[in-house]
Amino acid sequence: MIMGAYFKDLFGGFWSLIVGLAITIKYFFQPVVTLQYPHESLKMTPRFRGHIDLVADPGTGEPLCIVCGMCQRSCPSGCISLKGEKPEGAKKKVLTAYTLDFTRCSLCGLCVESCNFGAIDFSKEYNLAGPSREAYVFDLLKRLKDRRSNADADA
Amino acid sequence: MSELALSPNQETFVLNLGPQHPATHGVLRVKLVMDGEYIVSAEPVLGYIHRMHEKMGENRTWAQFMPNTGRLDYLGALSYNHGYVKAVERAAGIEVPERAEYIRVITVELNRIASHLLWFGAFVLDLGGFTPLLYAFDDREMILDLLESVTGARLTFCYFRFGGVYNDIDDDFVTGTREFIKRLRKRLPDYHNLVTKNIIMIKRLKDVGVISAEMCRKYGATGPVARGSGIDYDVRRSEPYSVYPEFDFDIPVYHEGDSMARYMVRMDEIEQSMRIVEQALDRLPDGPVKAEKVPKIIKPAPGDYYSVVEAARGTFGVRLVSDGTNTPYRLKLRSPTFSNLSLFGEAARGMLLADALALMGSLDLVIPEIDR
Repeated sequence: MIMGAYFKDLFGGFWSLIVGLAITIKYFFQPVVTLQYPHESLKMTPRFRGHIDLVADPGTGEPLCIVCGMCQRSCPSGCISLKGEKPEGAKKKVLTAYTLDFTRCSLCGLCVESCNFGAIDFSKEYNLAGPSREAYVFDLLKRLKDRRSNADADA
Repeated sequence: MSELALSPNQETFVLNLGPQHPATHGVLRVKLVMDGEYIVSAEPVLGYIHRMHEKMGENRTWAQFMPNTGRLDYLGALSYNHGYVKAVERAAGIEVPERAEYIRVITVELNRIASHLLWFGAFVLDLGGFTPLLYAFDDREMILDLLESVTGARLTFCYFRFGGVYNDIDDDFVTGTREFIKRLRKRLPDYHNLVTKNIIMIKRLKDVGVISAEMCRKYGATGPVARGSGIDYDVRRSEPYSVYPEFDFDIPVYHEGDSMARYMVRMDEIEQSMRIVEQALDRLPDGPVKAEKVPKIIKPAPGDYYSVVEAARGTFGVRLVSDGTNTPYRLKLRSPTFSNLSLFGEAARGMLLADALALMGSLDLVIPEIDR
């Protein structure tokens, strides 16, 4: 009896290995699912949350931000700092500096949610690599101007 | 259990497992007193990545703690989001719309499947099998893509909000989830043929690392660890929350208490989670995904609040003490893996080192959640 159990165990075990091998061989002949990254890259979904970016007024091209500071106050890690001034005779404050310290950002989205004017949005950029820590302190106002001049150059 | 390990007059030596060890999946150090290949005593040393999450909670507003919850257990972040928002909603008396509750259940269960799939791959990798990891990651990738399309993140989700969720799900997500479930149903038999029925796997796991129900109770172990030892306890059933009572699903319980039982509990849970997601998608109601009357600055009435959810690894509890201001007075997190790891010292006594690593893998440890 013990002898029988021994051989049953032996052949049962051997069979389980054959079944496993059959599965791996089956997948060997199936199409490759890996994306060949540097040569092709994924397009981010519309809801992808990258770092934040300023939204421009489609009419004037100026930022929609009115410098209320809600985003700055809602940020858990204090990575947003902004400055604005009120020019002579103007009704609203004008944004003069908007800095994002991306090293401290945890991409929670509380700033975008707290903005009542739709003035900030998530960028779709995910290829972020830099040589230094300073490379991640983004001047969002400058980014907005660059985008605008790029768009002008294209047009 | 070996005679050798139990005789105290033998010469022993101390072996450091970790803090950087491939089988501990994080910065966990276990001090092992060894007698040859046998473990005489094991003592987990914690605190290498302690980040003071509880103290951080006391220094920021209720809403600002949200991103922290996703960084406790990064593999099941949505359950932790859920645990925290549920506690604050209870404290502040915020009603959640039904559609939001359904979306919460769908995303949490998808996250649970993703967590179990990653555990499956990593656990088999610990035991020396590399191929299943690649298949499990292939399936997990689909869930991450689905969740990315609604939450905007892939790992450290910050999706739930007090009184609802960040944004609504769309038709693409619904059809994508249905397709994914169909696909995973076809893949699971492959997993079982490749791994569960594999002779090496069975010999490594069966009757190895037996944890008794008593030991689970003693150390407060929950989740698949307790259910693998015959304790029929799941918060979704024993203290129902959200819309879970409306769904028909089983709680897998195995009575053997060995590593194989814990493995089987998690594999069965994947199937049950798929059932829940399917039912939730069928019955998904229309309506808002965010309560309308949520105040911008939340100030719960002074008091002591506690609420629990079933995370992928066990019971996750949040205790809040509010003094009526806009920051918590005290925020205590009860994380399941801490209790699950605590029994390792007793359970590993007298085991072979290689078997103890299989036992440790079957506990499904996520270190940032232990250290918080």
